[in-house]
Amino acid sequence: MQAVAPPTAPEGARTDPILALDGVTKIFPGVKALSDVALRLYPGQVTALVGENGAGKSTVVKILTGIYQPDGGQILLDGQPVSFATAQDAASAGVTAIHQETVLFDDLSVAENIYLGHAPRTRLGLIDTRAMIAKAAKILASIGAHMDPTVRLRDLGIANKHLVAIARALSVDARIVIMDEPTAALSHKEIQELYDLVEKLKAQGKAILFISHKFDEIFRIADRYTVFRDGQFIGDGLITDVTESDLVKMMVGRAVDQIFPDRQRLGGTEILRVVGYDHPTEFADINFTLHRGEILGFYGLVGAGRSELMQALFGITRPSKGVVRIDDKVRVIRSPAEAVAQGIVYVPEDRGKQGAITSLPIFQNITLPSLRRTSRNGFLRLAEEFRLARDYTSRLDLRAASLDTELGTLSGGNQQKVVIAKWLATRPKVIILDEPTKGIDIGSKAAVHEFMAELAAQGLAVIMVSSEIPEILGMSDRVVVMREGRIVDILDHDNLTPETLVRRAAGIEDGADQ
Amino acid sequence: MSTTRTIPDRLQSPLQRNLKSWETLLLLVAVGIFILNSFASPYFLDPWNLSDATFNFTEKAMIAFAMALLIISGEIDLSVASIIALASTAMGFAVQMGFGTPALVMVGLGVGLVCGAFNGVLVTRFGLPSIVVTIGTMSLFRGISYIVLGDQAFRGYPIDFAFFGQGYVWWIISFELALFGVLAVIFGVLLHKTNFGRAVYAIGNNPVAAAFSGIRVARVKFILFLLTGLMSGVAAICLTSRLGSTRPSIAMGWELEIVTMVVLGGVSILGGAGTIPGVVLAAFIMGLVTFGLGLLNVPGIVMSIVIGALLISVIALPRLWEKWKTR
Repeated sequence: MQAVAPPTAPEGARTDPILALDGVTKIFPGVKALSDVALRLYPGQVTALVGENGAGKSTVVKILTGIYQPDGGQILLDGQPVSFATAQDAASAGVTAIHQETVLFDDLSVAENIYLGHAPRTRLGLIDTRAMIAKAAKILASIGAHMDPTVRLRDLGIANKHLVAIARALSVDARIVIMDEPTAALSHKEIQELYDLVEKLKAQGKAILFISHKFDEIFRIADRYTVFRDGQFIGDGLITDVTESDLVKMMVGRAVDQIFPDRQRLGGTEILRVVGYDHPTEFADINFTLHRGEILGFYGLVGAGRSELMQALFGITRPSKGVVRIDDKVRVIRSPAEAVAQGIVYVPEDRGKQGAITSLPIFQNITLPSLRRTSRNGFLRLAEEFRLARDYTSRLDLRAASLDTELGTLSGGNQQKVVIAKWLATRPKVIILDEPTKGIDIGSKAAVHEFMAELAAQGLAVIMVSSEIPEILGMSDRVVVMREGRIVDILDHDNLTPETLVRRAAGIEDGADQ
Repeated sequence: MSTTRTIPDRLQSPLQRNLKSWETLLLLVAVGIFILNSFASPYFLDPWNLSDATFNFTEKAMIAFAMALLIISGEIDLSVASIIALASTAMGFAVQMGFGTPALVMVGLGVGLVCGAFNGVLVTRFGLPSIVVTIGTMSLFRGISYIVLGDQAFRGYPIDFAFFGQGYVWWIISFELALFGVLAVIFGVLLHKTNFGRAVYAIGNNPVAAAFSGIRVARVKFILFLLTGLMSGVAAICLTSRLGSTRPSIAMGWELEIVTMVVLGGVSILGGAGTIPGVVLAAFIMGLVTFGLGLLNVPGIVMSIVIGALLISVIALPRLWEKWKTR
């Protein structure tokens, strides 16, 4: 058995970790998601895993729950190396996870949901309903959830459903509980109840890995912290030894080695003005303007309502209130077709589902919104279609065998270039890019950034939704920060620091701990 | 920004691609069955017999063209045979009221359009699944026919009305066969050569991304339901004219034969892929098989077994072949 040398001395840890990751590396094609990271989980303690989007948090969760296999390093359970080849292996080792969105079954009872797949059996091999209900009631009581286990899940509210998900996670006799942003969907009161629950679990000696973007709850609930950045281990220790500022600095670090194109700011005329935009559930009181030649960044945590706002501007969802002015004229946009006609186009975040038709050839994807221009009297003209596709793909430096190739066979980066080309071919006035470089390789990223800069230089107005701080800082002229469906700040690019962005997005008061 | 890199438009010429296609396989199957039939029965090669044989598929194929577009877009209409029944009943009713042939045609087409619009509204406006909606309207439309007709039949269609189902345009070319040919060209052009056809493929492959690309998905689907209803009306006119009478059981079970024809033609039942030439070939194949077996005095029940086996084997063989090759 090898001794694990911790990166910082586990001060105050009287016990050994139940579970530890040691030098774990995970490589995906083109991306090193985790590079030699360490993580230690102690019994009866909450460890907060902190990091920006793309830091590698979800990859770690997937490795701990047996969904991914590490490419290097080892997992130590009670100091012994183990491998979680399947989700079952991880579960039988006592690892369980409560996800942000848990898959539950509306038409089954609470007890059936808790014990689906591992229900107690009678001697005949049938489900022992009575024992199942009794055991479910016991688990529910242990987490302070007072509900009838025979009730159908459909009849419960969202908070109680969440408790059922937690009960399900605990029903497998877990020693290690992973909570992946457990408070994202909860109200204030429910969050308090969750804190109580976490205390109960601690008292039972369980090791808890707590993943959250919210600093107030990290400092409220966690005993220890571990910070990742860009798939690398940055540091860990006791939460009492750090301040919010320390954590933010560790998360953000120095700028990553990414080079962004130099940009000249144009100061063009106003093209888009959004006034008093409201949506019943997703966003409220949105006001901003956009100018020709400008790149306007939208920063915020996942769930801040940025994509929902963009989809409303593009006519996919309807706002309940508010006015959109394009070139100072009020425009009502009720469908994507109308948005395109008004010169607003949208490159969605979910490329596979919303952005691209992967089973059609490249050129057909590109010409789809421009068919009216390439056709004559409604009849296709293939030569025109190829000409248009060739024109725009060559400007984006697309790599493909032919324009007739099925789009799905290309890499993510090249698919994204096709989706962008598709919209540019419509000659828009405003292009909205939602996480334009998410999940694409470095080379394609640079190509997309360079092209964005070029578009802005030509006078196109660009809105860029991004959760990557370097990208926001490197590309935007101004940055709109959103939190919980509202704009909290519109910041000028000058004097903008990563720390400011993180603080505004997470809702940390200025000078709270300085 | 200037790049010297140029991406070729295509790696394969359209001709090369066509040679390797499903349609080529269907053509070989059709020729094979034709040769087999000509050996099996001395009566098969008689031109008038062959002409008669085309009535086995022309009416169904008219609907199959529209159905192909509908299935490619990811929807289906199982009420088509019941639309025939309702349209035919309405025409029979119109005859009792003393209407002439032009009015009868209008009634047939009109009922088809109204039924198609009804399906279309339920699917596109209320967001109901088309398979459920059209199973419902399948019972509904034919049910109305039964209520109107009971166990009676409408007869007494005008003499000139008989032309649609019994007339000939030139030598052995019946009006129905000519109409089949014209409709094949129209639907082939609509699907393969127009913006509308491209939208149908886009919707069938990914309706969300199609909507995100500015395509009016609901409108396209509604038009497809209208077209399918209209073609059911056209088929109702031809069939009623050929039979010279209307019973509520007219065209019973055709919906599945039409779907079979479409799928045999290479249209993906999941949507997104398929061609009109494929459906044309599938129509010929089904017509030839039924006719050949008929000449050999094979009973109808055996015919349906043969058609079923043909469908499964033609669909399954290429996949088995692929698996076997990659092993």
